[in-house]
Amino acid sequence: MSTIAPTTQSRQRSAGGLMAKVVGRQPIGLLLSAPYVVFLAVVFAFPLGFAVWMSFHKFRFTAPGVKVATPGVGLDNYKSVLTDPDVLDSFRHVGVFILINVPLTVILSLVLATALNKAIRARAFFRVAFYVPYVTASVAVVGVWLFLFNSHGLVNSILGPLAPDPSWLVSSFWAMPMIAFFVTWKQLGFFILLYLAALQSVPKELYESASTDGAGAWKSFWSVTVPGVRPATGLVVLLAIITGANLFTEPYLLTGGGGPDGASTSPVLLIYQKGILQNHPDQAAAIGVILMVLVLIIAGINRFLTERGNR
Amino acid sequence: MTGQAVSAGTGLEPAEVGRPISGGSMRRTKPIGRWAGITLLLIAALAFLFPFYYMVVGSFQKTPDTTIAGAFPRFGDLSLSNYTAINSRLDIPQALLSSGIFTGGVLLCTVVFGVLAGYALARLHFRGRGLVFSALVLIQVVPFQLLMIPLYVLIARDYGLSDSYLGMILPFAINSTAVFIFRQYFLQLPQELFDAARIDGAGELRTLWSIALPLVRPALLTAVLLTFIGPWNEFLWPFLITKQPDKQPLAVALANYISNVASSVANPYGAILAGAVILAAPAVVLFILFQRHFVSTDLGSGVKG
Repeated sequence: MSTIAPTTQSRQRSAGGLMAKVVGRQPIGLLLSAPYVVFLAVVFAFPLGFAVWMSFHKFRFTAPGVKVATPGVGLDNYKSVLTDPDVLDSFRHVGVFILINVPLTVILSLVLATALNKAIRARAFFRVAFYVPYVTASVAVVGVWLFLFNSHGLVNSILGPLAPDPSWLVSSFWAMPMIAFFVTWKQLGFFILLYLAALQSVPKELYESASTDGAGAWKSFWSVTVPGVRPATGLVVLLAIITGANLFTEPYLLTGGGGPDGASTSPVLLIYQKGILQNHPDQAAAIGVILMVLVLIIAGINRFLTERGNR
Repeated sequence: MTGQAVSAGTGLEPAEVGRPISGGSMRRTKPIGRWAGITLLLIAALAFLFPFYYMVVGSFQKTPDTTIAGAFPRFGDLSLSNYTAINSRLDIPQALLSSGIFTGGVLLCTVVFGVLAGYALARLHFRGRGLVFSALVLIQVVPFQLLMIPLYVLIARDYGLSDSYLGMILPFAINSTAVFIFRQYFLQLPQELFDAARIDGAGELRTLWSIALPLVRPALLTAVLLTFIGPWNEFLWPFLITKQPDKQPLAVALANYISNVASSVANPYGAILAGAVILAAPAVVLFILFQRHFVSTDLGSGVKG
């Protein structure tokens, strides 16, 4: 049909009819993207709607084939979740995580990307070194961190009497910061490469005029590099916050199920515990919806701030 | 999120990031500054690599030694005993097979359906294209974890797909970041190419297969590498829907070992580290082999708004 028309212009003319208005000039595009559209509908759109629906209804897992009424309960699930101290604690833990992880990630990855950008030799080596934790499974590196940071681990034997007691991963004070350090360490390589790409778009003339004006390395970093990579910083902050909202593997494995005594639980861990283990999927869905709304609000604020800075 | 804003992120060719920058200002950097930079990079590299080194050394050490001396291999104590220990508990070949099927299924779906969708989004005008693209960008900020309860209800309870590879693969089947990468690469091809193909009477599928696809081979490699680390490293989802040990991917099997079984073995950390080495090796090796193609411009642009 329209696809065999030889050039762009004539294609537009020949396919300008009603058909093209309804399905577009190349309706085969619908066919080619259909599997992906179905995938999005089945795996994202429908579950998303289902989660919202579930959070306003009473919903329990039942034996296969058994039909149980799922009456609407209004805001009850939200009420019971938001008055549950464990849930509120888990959100507070994410707050602690973000307070440590976000500044640490932004500063370390920008500084290391700047250093890497100036390095002439061994760039490939450094790139690989920084990126290896990012491509490795959390489960695998958690194994090493458990070995390094347990009570009798290497870190404590180096620290000797300075080692905290109880040790890092079983201390209610250190458990959450340790998770934040772990994630910072694991994700940093990704953010370094992100900044490295952003640095390529900072005009070289700005550095030259800064150095003509007598600015030192620190001054030109602060007044040229930092504002120059501002959009990338917005992205880094957003992605780091999304990571915080998603914590599961780390509290589950690194601190043994959000321990000690619930000191490092995360909302996703509670979604798992309430939804799957305690058969309260409706409340778990409510936690998920709250978390998603928070993430979207933060994304909106972040976008607003980044765009305002660009103007 | 406009398409323009997103594509701005990929204006940079992948290779450009790896190239040394020798701008005028760099050459004028004082030697002290440069040494400070290199020292910083070396310290960071040590912090990133040491745990991996320690993982490998620990996995071959028969008796654990957590003193500083233990960070260096003691040649009299090297053995494969940790590997045989973890294998006797987990059936490593079976776990690797499960990981392989899970990852392979995702890769296959992503490459086939992702290329089709990426091509359609980049080069074809059809109703709803804007909508599909908006959805593609939006779902990158909706974390998968938040959908886990409804997905669990649907896939494990309603469809009865727990302990099956299909159930494992389904939520990950088409990697949206890969679709995005395909789209970006197809967009960069010149329009004349497609016009010429149409003059010659080639249909869309034929144009895609014999003209467009060979030109975006780097995108294919990037997308495959990027997609690989998703399911290979994934823990939460396969953990939720597999209860039978013979279906569990290695990441899940190892995690269960860490949280349940480890305390009952003579050298628990040794066995954990051996499992960790096996789990980490494929991703690390693939990445080192193809590291030039694996850059943040592609990864990051997917969520750039």
